[in-house]
Amino acid sequence: MRYEAPGSVDEAVKLLADANGAARVLAGGTDLLVQLRAGMISPEVVINIKDISETKGITADGGGFCIGATVSGAEMGEHAALVAAWPGVVEGVELIGSTQIQGRATMVGNLCNASPAADGVPALIAAGATCTVAGPNGQREVPVADIPTGPGKNSLANGEFIVNVKLPARPGNASDAYLRMIPRTEMDIAIVGAGVNLVLDDSGTCTEASVILGAVGPKTITVDAAAAALVGTKVDEAALAACAAAASAAATPIDDKRGTVVYRTKVSGVLASRAAAIAAERARS
Amino acid sequence: MNEQPKQYKWVGTRAIRPDGVDKVTGRAMYGADLALPGMVEGKVVRSPHAHARIISIDTSKAEALKGVTAVITAADMPVADSKPVASGEAMINFKDLANNVLAREKALYEGQAVAAVAATTAAIAEKAAALVVVNYEVLPHVIDVMEAIKEDAPVLHDDMFTGGVKPKPEKASNVANRVEFALGDAEAGFAAADLVIERKFTTEPVHQGYIEPHAVVADMNPDGKVDVFCSSQGHFMVRAFCSQLLHIEMSKIKVTAAEIGGGFGGKTTVYLEPLAIMLSRKSGRPVRMTMSREEVFRGSGATSGAAMTIKMGATKDGKITGAYAELYLQAGAFPGSPVGPAAMTAFAPYDLDNVKVVGFDVVSNRQKVVAYRAPGAPISEYGVESVVDELASELGIDPIEIRTINAAKEGTQAAYGVKFGTIGFQETLDAAKATEHFKTPLGPNQGRGVASGFWFNIGGESCAGIRVNEDGSISLTEGSPDIGGSRASMALMAAETLGVDYHSIKPSVVDTDAIGYHFVTGGSRVTFATGMAVVEASKAAIDELRARAAKVWDVDVDGVVWEDGHAKPASTNVGDFEPMSLAEIAKVANKTGGPISGHADINAKGAGPAFGTHICDVEVDPDTGHVTVLRYTAVQDAGRAIHPAYVEGQIQGGAVQGIGWALNEEYIYDKNGRLENAGFLDYRVPVASDLPMIDAIIVEVPNPTHPFGVRGVGEVPIIPPLAAVSNAVAAATGVRFNQLPLSPPTILAGIAASK
Repeated sequence: MRYEAPGSVDEAVKLLADANGAARVLAGGTDLLVQLRAGMISPEVVINIKDISETKGITADGGGFCIGATVSGAEMGEHAALVAAWPGVVEGVELIGSTQIQGRATMVGNLCNASPAADGVPALIAAGATCTVAGPNGQREVPVADIPTGPGKNSLANGEFIVNVKLPARPGNASDAYLRMIPRTEMDIAIVGAGVNLVLDDSGTCTEASVILGAVGPKTITVDAAAAALVGTKVDEAALAACAAAASAAATPIDDKRGTVVYRTKVSGVLASRAAAIAAERARS
Repeated sequence: MNEQPKQYKWVGTRAIRPDGVDKVTGRAMYGADLALPGMVEGKVVRSPHAHARIISIDTSKAEALKGVTAVITAADMPVADSKPVASGEAMINFKDLANNVLAREKALYEGQAVAAVAATTAAIAEKAAALVVVNYEVLPHVIDVMEAIKEDAPVLHDDMFTGGVKPKPEKASNVANRVEFALGDAEAGFAAADLVIERKFTTEPVHQGYIEPHAVVADMNPDGKVDVFCSSQGHFMVRAFCSQLLHIEMSKIKVTAAEIGGGFGGKTTVYLEPLAIMLSRKSGRPVRMTMSREEVFRGSGATSGAAMTIKMGATKDGKITGAYAELYLQAGAFPGSPVGPAAMTAFAPYDLDNVKVVGFDVVSNRQKVVAYRAPGAPISEYGVESVVDELASELGIDPIEIRTINAAKEGTQAAYGVKFGTIGFQETLDAAKATEHFKTPLGPNQGRGVASGFWFNIGGESCAGIRVNEDGSISLTEGSPDIGGSRASMALMAAETLGVDYHSIKPSVVDTDAIGYHFVTGGSRVTFATGMAVVEASKAAIDELRARAAKVWDVDVDGVVWEDGHAKPASTNVGDFEPMSLAEIAKVANKTGGPISGHADINAKGAGPAFGTHICDVEVDPDTGHVTVLRYTAVQDAGRAIHPAYVEGQIQGGAVQGIGWALNEEYIYDKNGRLENAGFLDYRVPVASDLPMIDAIIVEVPNPTHPFGVRGVGEVPIIPPLAAVSNAVAAATGVRFNQLPLSPPTILAGIAASK
């Protein structure tokens, strides 16, 4: 196994392209190293992208934010403006692993690893985030929702990697939230996850909503009916109940060692409505 | 024992443990930390099948790999007789143990060792293990205990006929044994009751979850001498088992106890040690073997899962008139579940006239169970304490009150045979009732559960040596691997007895060549039994110190007493001598007869049974079924807490393990009998953020047979949590689940079904 630490985006793209699928990108490494140790993967080349300046730091960007691919969960949690604008996105990322893992793990890694249960992804999709993908044909902007394509699979072509993620600018009466169900309080994998992003008008009526479920399908599920149940309401009890029913109806979970179909279906609605209530409360305050 | 507790100078203090600095600085040597010159790494080849006949094993490709120094299979091991052999207090069937260590004819569970390799690096060993070709004939398997007792279940051992049944069954089955304990007439007891409650319960097998995986370094010399360094709960057990399995004289095997990162009963047997010795013999090199966490889950013991029926009857005023239990415990692949102690402890907290308990030891295609903290008792007492709770609630009696009405006390005849001496069950109930916790009001979706627990505690073989060094410091040697801070406790008891500074004593757990036989660190016995040996050794040293002072003063030894670390004349009649300190006597030892020491080699009798009572508050999320433990108080009679911090640590740790058992821990198998959650991610022990601080309350009702009153504390605290948690969940939800674990899907389904 070879280790490379390129200093530029172009260099990294070339290394990736030359390896022809036999390379793995190293950012936080919290998935990569575990997979290596467990013998699940045996790449010929490991490419550390942490020396590339474009992958670093969080920058305010026309009212929105640009988050580098190597930014850790801890860095996001310590960025006051980001937390104020996108609390749901940040709390999702911060649920990954322990305090030690938070010092390493990255949101972009969580996205590319493409676990259906990824805690960093539902709120990010609900936020309407995009990402910059660098590749042999230059750079392109892609909605983050298009990156995961199935369990462990993503849409990146040979030679491509994600340089950063962009969160859009948003009005004042807007917020988001992410909740997940695990049997414990931490160090676990979501049985159900729900990210909700809301915009309210001055009267407190919801004008825009996005409801995304995790861990109840091969990839995240965008529940338009649940969002529609919130839009035009004051996010009151009736709207939350309709949101819950729509989320449960949209969930397509499986029975596995982490949960049952019956349980996941019911809890999809519970978490979607609770996340919506939290997001609304945050938007109002 | 109504006298006031004596005032002690050292016993009962929270002294700094002598092994602490090495542990927190990473210097302590655990099982995997030893490296010897020329050492190679061993790796186990494990069965991928839950039940399969081994047709052939081809090791040639593995042996041909460059860097491989040895490959072994069961063919390299002597064939053992199928008969129980006394090994310390335990009866061991060495044929079963041999097969568990290395499968011979059949693999009886996924993860059972079938071969092992040694190579110059771990990576080569891994590669070589994959090159061992095992040809299996896959057989039908059975995992669940109630499935295993069915008429048409696949039979694991065609030579196993249920024991304890007359006449001997004609057909082999998976029921290894039947046990029964009775007192009075249970049926008559039920006839006299105003209320009879009968419930069926199930519990899942759970792993001990020690943080340190099994690890060993073994080195066999060309002349047949063997050195073993390993993490275990008994290096004398390792020596005895390896000697018996490999037909090597005990005198040729020296086992050194590594520091141990937890055992909880799971390290009272051998897995890797005999394999490492065989690999060392074959390769002529020292061999290190370590299990991965996955191997620990797949290949090492858990405790039983169970199915049981509990029936209890009581009068309107809460007096229990009759009790019956029928217990089916999984043994794993070979007989030997803790159904005996489960049956014995089931109703032991209560003073009952009419009791019957029947138990069955059932094999199935799972890891062979091994001891886990109070083996069997958490299971049977979970069922009993749940029914007691339901009786109390049906009769409108406070849960502590109904236990008080029925509590065993001095003179109570227990169904399992003994008549209790001085015990402190009632004192734990009184202390629990007096807590602010028990009186605190609860909010919506919250519930409180109370449960008690009993464990025998044991004594057994222990030895100790006290050597008075030339400068007056003390070297204390003993042979009980220190899991819970026992070196500190031993030094405290020696300091108290000798009347010297705790810090002048260095306690060591020495190897099997350096001291006499010790039974394992288990049964909550070390502070009691090894402590007793330490006190006796200290007293022997004091007798010698008195004799030396007598020599200096030229008086009769009877004229010299030992007080506060000094030899003194017994009276003015003896003479007017300045008291001599231990250090002063040590200084002149060469003029009075040479080095001074005291030794004791004992089989400690008179272990004191112990009881605990726990209070648990939970909140249940009615929409997700998630249980949050809000508050937890654990009260326990320790007899005497030699080192209160470590007693509290035992109580807290046991409670946490019991809570994990109650809430989320379980093995998940696929349809082929393969474990799906062989890791801490999906085998969910509680993490720190899951729990509140466990309030530990120590009650002291001294055990009259121990010089300081010690009972033993390690096991009782894991018993009450199962029922304390489930009684609290029942109170919070209004639903009695009667099954563990109370995982969120189970709770949500139960709530939905009740509506």
